[in-house]
Amino acid sequence: MNLHEYQAKRLFAEHGIPIPRGEVAYTPQDARRIAGDLGGKVVVKAQVLTGGRGKAGGIKLAATPNEAEQRAGEILGMKIKGLTVNKVLVDEMAPGGIAQELYLAALIDRGQRRPMIMASAAGGMDIEEVADKTPEQIHTVHIDPTLGVRGYQTTYLAQRMGLPRELWRDFHAIVANLYNCFKASDASLTEINPLIITGEGKLMALDGKFSVDDNALSRQPRLAEMRDVEEEPPAEAEARRTGITFIQLDGNIGCMVNGAGLAMATMDIIKLYGGEPANFLDIGGGARADQVATALRLILSDPKVEAVLFNIFGGITRGDEVARGILSALAQIETDVPMVVRLAGTNAEEGLALLAEADMLTAATLSEAAQIAVAAAKASGRAS
Amino acid sequence: MIAFGTNVVGGVVPGKGGQTFEGEGATVPIFDSVREAAEATGANASIIFVPARFAPDAMYEAADAGLPLVVCLTEHIPVLEMIAVRAYLDQRNTRLIGPNCPGLITPGGAKVGIIPGSIVSPGSVGLVSRSGTLTYEVVYALTQQGIGQSTCVGIGGDPIKGMDFIEVLRLFEDDPDTSEVIMIGEIGGNAEEQAAAFIRDNMSKRVTAFIAGRTAPAGRRMGHAGAIVEGKSGTAEGKIAALQAAGVQVADNPDRIVAMIS
Repeated sequence: MNLHEYQAKRLFAEHGIPIPRGEVAYTPQDARRIAGDLGGKVVVKAQVLTGGRGKAGGIKLAATPNEAEQRAGEILGMKIKGLTVNKVLVDEMAPGGIAQELYLAALIDRGQRRPMIMASAAGGMDIEEVADKTPEQIHTVHIDPTLGVRGYQTTYLAQRMGLPRELWRDFHAIVANLYNCFKASDASLTEINPLIITGEGKLMALDGKFSVDDNALSRQPRLAEMRDVEEEPPAEAEARRTGITFIQLDGNIGCMVNGAGLAMATMDIIKLYGGEPANFLDIGGGARADQVATALRLILSDPKVEAVLFNIFGGITRGDEVARGILSALAQIETDVPMVVRLAGTNAEEGLALLAEADMLTAATLSEAAQIAVAAAKASGRAS
Repeated sequence: MIAFGTNVVGGVVPGKGGQTFEGEGATVPIFDSVREAAEATGANASIIFVPARFAPDAMYEAADAGLPLVVCLTEHIPVLEMIAVRAYLDQRNTRLIGPNCPGLITPGGAKVGIIPGSIVSPGSVGLVSRSGTLTYEVVYALTQQGIGQSTCVGIGGDPIKGMDFIEVLRLFEDDPDTSEVIMIGEIGGNAEEQAAAFIRDNMSKRVTAFIAGRTAPAGRRMGHAGAIVEGKSGTAEGKIAALQAAGVQVADNPDRIVAMIS
């Protein structure tokens, strides 16, 4: 789960990392008041869960409260990569301006199976681009969870980044605090980009990215409450509440599969036979009939879907239970979209027997199911 | 598991020690702790089914009791927990399979996990996979074509886990009952790329692979926490290219794996 910049920076501040003074505004009038409180000169920043806000015109400077109101009016309601801006962060300008932009992040290195600190003097730009063009500008240290961040590690980073010596002590505190914040929040990424040196010679976190490990949300209730449901596609939100994983894509063939790996393979095979997957959907292990019904409803809510492919390989998931879910969903939904079912494994025969009454196509193998689904989609051509 | 031939000698449920469990035609004693169970029965493997918030403790407990093999089926364990568990296990002589995996099965021998016994058959093809049901798909296709398996290992889809591809491939290379290997990977991380280098340098047996997720959009989570495509690393194309460069034949469809090895 990703957090907004203002949420990330508040968490940073709670862990002792300096951030600019600022507040969230939901209306241009809010922005005016906040700018007034902050002394007039501010930056107005769109709060949406995507990158590229600056390029899209979602970050603007304002010299007066009046101007802040205007800029907020321009940004609120605009769309950035399909997401509507519902709120802006109004931040004070960095005291004394920005002398230098740096990069700092804590993340997990899967290969080393350890948390890692990544730092660079090339801040303020896309870190992937820095990694691509000037990898020598990226410096990393790995953190032993039992030791935490050690002084020699931050000294190494500060020296490699060419940080002025008088800032090394503060830099160490920020790295250690960022790691503590990362660990305490069960984050998979905490990123400060840019970490700036202000005109007054102080370090400050100007922007923040924060991803929380979804598997840890049950023990991070406060962070779980920070989820911005307005930014989540409604279908994906409903799927999450039902306990299934659903991701909307652009194709014409909806699919419902048990297991993430098999779901991805099913999408790949649909494409291999000339179709385009309309979604990723994993109903999980032991999928219940009501989950199957919700899943089918979500798939069919997409008008681009011209055929639906069910690929269920029973293990702990039982074919007859899934079949009952399909039947109960079909009883509730009026649809003429062709459906192809491929059931194998535990109780597959019982499931197929239940489905024999329904008007569905069946297939013995995944390849066969994909071919039938692609042909059925062409024949139905619901979207055209 | 009992029906498949696994010698299940005990269960552990804290607070229920002294009771018994009836199932699959057997009566199994229940113990309060793994240590007590291991001392009483001489067990040499542990399987963990408990929910995510208890699973790390169960893994520590099994390793602390000195069991050489621990299989953890539990999903949704936080990554930072698994980093600590893995660091602990690395200092012990305990092999972990999983978490978030279907376990392993040796057709005609035993199984520790939930891979359906009905879809496997004894033979000489070894199989290692990051996925659960996709493994069933491939095993079932093999069995239907009369190609038996030596052992199938589901290593799980989490980013931080116990045994990875390389460790299982090494065991297959040394296993006299395995003649060739099927490897099923997916997008995210670089375990397949590392496996490719290992195969090139260390494997004499033929390896055939499938990588799931070629149509997955970059940056979207596809169910498995491990399957995140970040930037250019971890893509299906990169993994397939690395495997092919190492002499591995890569199927574009799991149904075609059977044709490629027979």
